[in-house]
Amino acid sequence: MSGALKLIAQRIALGLLLLLLVSILIFSGTQILPGDVAQSILGQSATPENLANLRAELGLEKPAYIRYFEWLAGLMRGDLGTALTSGVPISEAIAVRLENTLFLGAFAAAVSVPLAITLGLVSVRFRNRWPDKMISASTLASISLPEFFIGYLLILFFGVKLGWFPSVATVYEGMSFADRINTTVLPALTLTLVVLAHMMRMTRAAILNVMQSAYIETAELKGLGSFKIIWRHALPNAIAPIVNVVMLNMAYLIVGVVVVEVIFVYPGMGQYLVDHVSKRDVPVVQACGLIFAAIFIGLNLLADVISILSNPRLRHPK
Amino acid sequence: MSSDNVLEIRDLKIGVAVKEPNGRSKDIEIVHGVSATIEKGKVLGLIGESGAGKSTIGLSSLAYGRGSVDITGGEVLLNGRDIMKLGRSGLKSVRGKEVCYVSQSASAGFNPAKRLIDQVIESTLEHGLATRSEAITRAKELFAALSLPDPENIGSRYPHQVSGGQLQRVMTAMALCPKPDLIVFDEPTTALDVTTQIDVLAAIKNAIHLTGVAAIYITHDLAVVAQVADDIMVLRHGKTVEYGSTKQIIEAPQEDYTKALVTVRSIEADQQEAVAAPVMEIKNITAGYGRGTTVLDDVSVELYAGQTLAVVGESGSGKSTLARVVTGLLPPRKGEIQFEGKVLTPKQPNRSLQDLKDIQMIYQMADTAMNPRQTIGTIIGRPIEFYFGVKGKELRDRIDALLDKIELPRDIAKRYPGELSGGQKQRVCIARALAAEPKLIICDEVTSALDPLVADGILKLLLQLQASENMAYMFITHDLATVKAIADSVAVMHLGKLARYGPKQQVLSPPFDDYTDLLLSSVPEMRLGWLEKILSSRKMQSAGN
Amino acid sequence: MKFKDIPISAWIGILSTSVFVFAAVFAPWIAPYDMADPVGQVWEPMSWKHLLGTDNLGRDLLSRLIFGARTTLTIAAIATLLSFFVGAFLGMLAAVVGGWIDQLLSRFVDLLMSIPTLIFALVVLSVLPSNLITLILVMGVLDATRVYRLSRAVGVDINVMEFVEAAKLRGENRVWIITREILPNAMSTLVSEFGLRFVFMVLFLSALSFLGLGIQPPQADWGGMVKENKDGIVFGIPAALIPAFAIAMLAISVNLIADWLLNRSADTKGGRGEL
Repeated sequence: MSGALKLIAQRIALGLLLLLLVSILIFSGTQILPGDVAQSILGQSATPENLANLRAELGLEKPAYIRYFEWLAGLMRGDLGTALTSGVPISEAIAVRLENTLFLGAFAAAVSVPLAITLGLVSVRFRNRWPDKMISASTLASISLPEFFIGYLLILFFGVKLGWFPSVATVYEGMSFADRINTTVLPALTLTLVVLAHMMRMTRAAILNVMQSAYIETAELKGLGSFKIIWRHALPNAIAPIVNVVMLNMAYLIVGVVVVEVIFVYPGMGQYLVDHVSKRDVPVVQACGLIFAAIFIGLNLLADVISILSNPRLRHPK
Repeated sequence: MSSDNVLEIRDLKIGVAVKEPNGRSKDIEIVHGVSATIEKGKVLGLIGESGAGKSTIGLSSLAYGRGSVDITGGEVLLNGRDIMKLGRSGLKSVRGKEVCYVSQSASAGFNPAKRLIDQVIESTLEHGLATRSEAITRAKELFAALSLPDPENIGSRYPHQVSGGQLQRVMTAMALCPKPDLIVFDEPTTALDVTTQIDVLAAIKNAIHLTGVAAIYITHDLAVVAQVADDIMVLRHGKTVEYGSTKQIIEAPQEDYTKALVTVRSIEADQQEAVAAPVMEIKNITAGYGRGTTVLDDVSVELYAGQTLAVVGESGSGKSTLARVVTGLLPPRKGEIQFEGKVLTPKQPNRSLQDLKDIQMIYQMADTAMNPRQTIGTIIGRPIEFYFGVKGKELRDRIDALLDKIELPRDIAKRYPGELSGGQKQRVCIARALAAEPKLIICDEVTSALDPLVADGILKLLLQLQASENMAYMFITHDLATVKAIADSVAVMHLGKLARYGPKQQVLSPPFDDYTDLLLSSVPEMRLGWLEKILSSRKMQSAGN
Repeated sequence: MKFKDIPISAWIGILSTSVFVFAAVFAPWIAPYDMADPVGQVWEPMSWKHLLGTDNLGRDLLSRLIFGARTTLTIAAIATLLSFFVGAFLGMLAAVVGGWIDQLLSRFVDLLMSIPTLIFALVVLSVLPSNLITLILVMGVLDATRVYRLSRAVGVDINVMEFVEAAKLRGENRVWIITREILPNAMSTLVSEFGLRFVFMVLFLSALSFLGLGIQPPQADWGGMVKENKDGIVFGIPAALIPAFAIAMLAISVNLIADWLLNRSADTKGGRGEL
């Protein structure tokens, strides 16, 4: 067990290091590139005087590494800085939006993950028969469909033509849980459709890979039924690959969320980020970028830890 | 049919569906009407080279076809009823209850995520043959009968915590646990080291004897099957070549193919004496990977022109590492190599073109040793072009001459490796080494992936080429029969050290050190009763215990 | 390779991709109207005059779609080429040379890949001037990380094979090792990956344009056209779905071809001994 614990500690340390490096990358990505924030805020017509004032206000005359450490120190305290365009502290603006985004992501994950794994199992059970073939065909379509195609199609049918769900996903504080679910059905469904087929196909591949192992043949030659073979012998060995598949798709979901929030005018982090990219509000972009990256790294870390825990070689060393 | 017959196979035909490039599939028959009978408590040996259909026939007694293999005709009567007609649920009640299977690689055949004991008793519980505690008691008895260490507790381990030889015995216990009428052993000792193989073989034989189970024992090694089987069926290309009692097959084979199998590996080169100065002197080499443990410890050997040094040992003995040191892929930590009187640069990239040309290598797996996207002509021609700058017609002539030397048709130069048989591929690899006109060729287990008759052909070719080209061979092998066939001097390696070294006659004659004795005595011999005799006279236990 | 060995799905992919490429190349000759001219009412439905209707400014949708194919295909293709050459070259280099070069490149790629591509693109685009060069560079460099990983993995797999060792022992230089021993065996995997990367680029570019951060108007590109017409959706006007559908069709077609190439390379491997 200690071997596994040591490995997990290593992974967590590595994850934190990665996060630190990402923060450097994001910070330098917005600082060292040509053009300066003040210039891009004020545009080409700015007078040198205005520029100098703004630079002083933003603290741009200090060396970049000092500004980085100041930014980092702020982050540690939960202070993400102030938005240039509105002057509002970013932490305040983000808190509610982050919650909304996580709600939408969790909703989509709660639907898509169990569904994808079940369908993946069905697909393995009926390998090369019609359910499997349908799943394969739908995967190809679904990885080719842009989010906005699925999103607007759903709006057109369920929102406009049938009127079952609102076309615009407006959520606000104090909204009841049922209302919130009803409002976010269409964006969550869009996200689900975007990741479902892919997750299904990869789950199928992961289990099929295990099913080709010699010990599955051993189980078959013991006279076990196909359900017992999958449950007792395939699944325990497929946990790590399936978790990896799920996490990969959750990461995909994070990216999808940005576009989906714009489609449904959903007040989350994604829309907030996109808005401020076009306004060139660098502190907001940095903060959002870092939060998205942290979620992404966290998910991968979780997948790693579960893989380590499910590996009998690590749990029971020689 | 007599009621004593556990299994009766009648005119069995097996086909395999092969996918064509356009996606359609075509059936090809691979077993063409084979019949066999096994009485209660008897062992039938199935023997043949790869592609003979022996595993396929063995699995048919569980009504199982691997991949797209399908039983297309004939009857398989298990305890008097045709299991081909049982249907899915009927089959489930036969497999793991009346007939069990032991596969070649136990380390792959066990589920890595479950404890051994749970897997051993699984079929017994599944078929309701005993309660859990009864099954566990029986399993422990079987572990003891198979002379596994610590039979009380070994079951609570996971597969990766147990050695390969032990795992193979645990798998035998798993097959015996539900008290089946028949067990199919599919090359159960092939993946093991020679000294471990003999213990597992003895354990299996003992367990069969104790439980009185009938068995099919599949192997490519006639000497092995001669020790356990009552009857032997010799198979080739999916047909029965000869079928009779073990005594008759070994002592009075009727068919030419069987005779060839019985006498295979009986070539023996006369030992040549070292006369001139050595081509290569390997002096006190110590080597290892990274900062890890030492794999080679103070090894010194010499190689002479026109002669063969056989380096023999089991896996982990360091014999392949020695080859890597000589080729310069792994610079030694200590010691040096002298080649033609000069010190050889330790690292391969720094060696002179002349030295690279003079030391060539032939690999075990001809499949992976040739670029699948290059024609045979390119593969053989490139060293000529590279070392001698020969091009055009002269290059083609030289390629033709090389193909003549390795006894392959000239038009093979236009083909790709994938279109050749295993033996042909290995010949091409020999030609590639020969093309450089080397002074030394390192042969790394060059015959161990080949069927015995094909391997014999390769050995004969190598000896012939050595005589005509006056090259030195460093022949790395685990197989003592090969050593006898080809060596002039022998180096026995054990755990990175030289256990014994000298001219062949001397190394292979008593008095022996303990390890060489164990190694020599572990090589199955083609006669009845050899196993019992040898087990009673051994000085040292194998590492598998 | 024989024509009859190409499966129907691949034929559909080849055929429909050709239609898109044809439209892109000959746009000025086959488009019925100019892409920038308001030739009708706002959001006219489909008619014989305007086969796909008109857009939010009364411009002919079909014409804009045809010209949009030009922009989308060209930029996606250039970005793919960039990502492919950078990624494949560095990947192969890392695989063959190994050592600190491999470590440095691989860890840097790990770092880049620990930020979702779209997010990273947004961060960078927030400070860079918005023009085509920036767009192509950002797309190409970010995507090169994926190509790098794949080609390095394939390269490492082949590099440890004995035929490569044999070539090294012969004394062959790295150029020979890469071009004659490794690349021919990696080609089929890389070619089908090229298709997949192109699809990704089309989707990526469209997403950026849809978010208003990609191609800037009045230039027509498919993602941008979705953005222009998206407000019609809530009124039941499907104009935005037409360019979205075109993106989906192109992506599916190229995927069909890539799928076939991938299967074909798997088949040849099976047929030519275990590689």
